[in-house]
Formats: sequence, structure tokens, C-alpha cells
Amino acid sequence: MAEVLVVVEASASAGVKKVTLEMLTFARTLGTPSAVVLGGAGAAAQFKDKLAEYGAEKIYAGEGDDVDGYLVAPKATVVASLVQQVQPAAVLLASTQEGKEIAGRLAVKLENGLLTDAVAIDADGTATQAIFAGAALVKSKVTKGLPIVTIRPNSTTPVAAPAAGTVEQLTVSVSDTDKLTKVVERVAEKKGSRPELTEASIVVSGGRGVASADNFKVVEELADLLGGAVGASRAAVDSGFYPHQFQVGQTGKTVSPQLYVALGISGAIQHRAGMQTSKTIVAVNKDPEAPIFELADYGVVGDLFKVVPQAADEIRKRK
Amino acid sequence: MNIVVLVKQVPDSGAERTLSASDNTVERASASNVINEMDEYAIEEALKIKEAHGGEVTVLTMGPAGATESIRKALSMGPDKAVHVTDDALHGSCAVATSKVLAAALGTLNADLIIAGAESTDGRVQVLPHMLAERLGIAALTGARKLTVDGSQLTVERQTDEGYEVVTAATPAVVSVWDTINEPRYPSFKGIMAAKKKPVQTLSLSDLGVDAGEVGTAGATSAVVEFSQRPVRSAGTKVTDEGDGGTQLVSYLTAEKFV
Repeated sequence: MAEVLVVVEASASAGVKKVTLEMLTFARTLGTPSAVVLGGAGAAAQFKDKLAEYGAEKIYAGEGDDVDGYLVAPKATVVASLVQQVQPAAVLLASTQEGKEIAGRLAVKLENGLLTDAVAIDADGTATQAIFAGAALVKSKVTKGLPIVTIRPNSTTPVAAPAAGTVEQLTVSVSDTDKLTKVVERVAEKKGSRPELTEASIVVSGGRGVASADNFKVVEELADLLGGAVGASRAAVDSGFYPHQFQVGQTGKTVSPQLYVALGISGAIQHRAGMQTSKTIVAVNKDPEAPIFELADYGVVGDLFKVVPQAADEIRKRK
Repeated sequence: MNIVVLVKQVPDSGAERTLSASDNTVERASASNVINEMDEYAIEEALKIKEAHGGEVTVLTMGPAGATESIRKALSMGPDKAVHVTDDALHGSCAVATSKVLAAALGTLNADLIIAGAESTDGRVQVLPHMLAERLGIAALTGARKLTVDGSQLTVERQTDEGYEVVTAATPAVVSVWDTINEPRYPSFKGIMAAKKKPVQTLSLSDLGVDAGEVGTAGATSAVVEFSQRPVRSAGTKVTDEGDGGTQLVSYLTAEKFV
């Protein structure tokens, strides 16, 4: 069976991201998964065990300062030369900012089609995409070249399938043009031990109704008790209550968790765009007419500062 | 500094959107069309740089004839002129072809700095800035929440899942911006009047030397094979808190096995 390249999404602190394991799971329906690790020296060794556990027969290591020290372009060059070398059946990448950017450059280099934000992929490479804020589904195909598809986190349940995981070091050869944008610094902002927003199976979000940055601790407390990630509506982010990287909605992250809890969020189209494909939606809002209740499986009309602390106490009791 | 801002006209994300029944492309003819919201932040950033460092701001749009409306709206915020790439053969162009056409248009504009919104509300693909940089052989600094210009040196704070990265490059470069970067100005009455007289140059595919067979539905590198509306979510149980709302909520979460 032909190889399927899976471009690994991982970080030194968080390890191999769940979306990578989902991609390896999807890749097995298309061929034999080969993971591609792009990062600093030693990255492949760090992630090897996990990648092998989830089915990576080979692990290609494109490592070094030339890959890690510059934005996106060197990574696309490494993947493009690997594609030419192994002629894979497909290339899967994560539907994250960087995953999409690598895919875009790869498509131009190979004059090849690409599909982004897939939530499923068939054995023939046909991808299912949720479009228009999750209001519609399309099935799409790459009609020129091989399928280059980016997979949205939380699209499938990762299934382990132990494989060899043989590491093969790649010779990294990038041009000066690939090194035009230098990464000077990587700054981690506080998140604690919470799961990644787009990968979490439970997300608890706060909106304008939370009313201040300080009050967000009510949202965080419930998220921590449920083992979830914290999100925020655009109104909350614009008001400075919570950082932008946690924004859920049209101009932020799209999430699709098992459970989405909306606290003090009215449910404007801007927000619904980022969360309405969640499996179960729960809302607390003091306005009984808030549009969020139109899509909530369970809604509580009430003051979130009374309802949420009571819920937190109740969860502690039941634990 | 010679700045080009990429502006896309999109169907209003607050209104009903669909795909055209005949060819599964985004239905634009019957839609209520607006400037892609993120592009307004790109325009604002360009105007701020012009105000601080001098230069000229050009709006570049690829789209059907009706996109003129969004171009005039963009100009009313303050850019100096616009270039509208329009050609019937462009209908149904994929991202790969779009980047080819825009790169050809940018080739005629000699820009030091190209600014785009980080994503459009219709496609949400996010790939165009890097595709353009790849084609033009210039730097890309994407996902900016902050942009600093020091002579020809650009520094961007790039939003990431973990926090942010500081990335630098020299011009010429493509920068894409998120809506956290600034607060776009509202067009003034004077700006709206002035926009009517600002030059808008129209370019066709033959003006750009791009073969019609390489773009549009004819040259698309991907295709939609099936389209279906999702069933609309319906409201479930709604209770009013009468002192035990939190407890009731947890009972629901327990029944659904989340607790």
C-alpha cells in the first residue's frame, strides 16, 4: 500500500497533539501512515513512541535550526521534496493556522489542489467539510494531483494500532527565500494544565455576561471541575476579559467538543459559527430570549453568578 | 511605503448563505454581499502605516463586477486607489488559481507591503497570504496581532495556540492580520464622497497574461461533489432558575455522563 504522509502537529510542552493521532487514524484507511516530524533537533525522538503506537510505520524527521528558526516556508519545502521522493497516496495536515499555511505553500509548489477543514476523509481521498459556520456539509475532491487535506481537530476518535515507527532522518535543504521570515521568540501565555481549546472534549465559555476579567474565574472553575478548556465569546475578548487565542467564533477558533457550556453568551451568529457543531450544548443566560437557547440542549435562565457556583459545589459533592 | 491591501467581497455571514445549485460554487449573485470583515482591519493597518511613514495605499480585489460596491466602501475609509481584477472566466476559482491571479496583479503593483485579513468569512481557508509569498518569493508574516514597521524591517506578533511568536522580515512582504490588531475607522461623509472619484483600474485575465484555462471552474484543482444543508439544531429543555438551577444543571450533566 502506498504511504500516506501525516504532518505531525506537536509541541515540546504539549507533546503530540490529539489531531495528529486522529490523522494517523484516518490515514490508515488511505494507505500506510508515515509521520513527518518538522522541528528542532531531537523532535522525532521525543514523539516517536506515541506516533508508533497510533500506526506510524515510518517517521520522517526533518529537523534543525533551518526548519525551526523560520516561519512555515522551510517546512513546506521539506514536505514537498518528501512528496516527490516517496509519491504518497495523500498528505494530511492539521487544520491549524500553521498546518493550513504549510498545505497552501505545498499546493503552490506542486500545482496541486488542497482541501482545508475536513471533518472526515474517505478511502478515495474525498473529504467532508462543514461550511458556512457548520450550517452545511460538502463532500469535496482534489481534482489535480494528490489529495492534500487538512483535518480539523476533534473529527474522529483516535484508535491505537501499534506499528514499527522507524525513524528516517531527512536531509534538510532549504533556500534563502525560505528563510526570509525569522522566528525571534516564542512566548507561552498562561493556560495552566487545561486541554487545548480546539482539541478539548469539553469547552466552557464565557461571554459579555461574565462582565469582567476577574469574574472569568467562575468560568475557569467550572471548566477545571469538568476537565475542560476555557473559551470566550468575541464580546468578552473585545472587552478585554480574556485573551484572543481563546476566542470561539467566526473570527476565532472553531470547536466541536462533546459538551459546550455557554455562560453569559447571547449566541450571536458570530459565536454560533464557532461552536454549533458541538455534540451537546448547555447554556446559562439571564435573558430568556437569548438566541443561544434556540440551539441549547439544556438551558438555564438565570444569573450565572448564582447558577454556576452552585453547579460547581454540586459537582464537588458528587465526585 | 507602497502598500497594497487585499480586499474580498463575501456573502454577509449574518444572512442566509448557500452554494449555487448549478455548479456548487458560493452563491454570490443573490446574496447580500459585504467587505470581508477582517479586511477592514487590514485597511486600517495600512492607513496607520501610511499616516506614520508616508506612501500610498492601493486596494486590490478579485471578484465579479458587483464587487465594485465593496471596493468603493473600502476606498471610503481612506485608501488612494484600487485595482479590480474581474473576468467571467474567474468564476469558481480555487485558492491555488486565485493566488496565481493575485500574484500576477501584484506583479504590476510593485508593493513594499501587502496586507490581508487573516481569513475570509466565506472560505475560512487562511492559505492565501503564504501562497502569494510562495509565488512572489517574498516574506510572509501571518496571523499578526501587532505589526511594527521600522524602515524596511517588519516585526509581527503572531498569534499561536500557546501564546504568540515574534517574527521578523524585511520588505517586500505579505502580512495577514487578525481583528485584535486595531479598531477600524468608520468612513466619514467626506471619505464617502471622495471615494466616488478615486481611480479604480480594472484588469482582465488577458491584461495579466493569465490563461483562462488555468482559473475558474475549468482550471479548479478541487471540486465539490456533494452539498447538503445540515439539519437545524432544535432547542431542548429550558428551565428557569428558582434557587436550584445549578443543581438541576448538574443533574442533566450527570445524566449525560459528563460528570
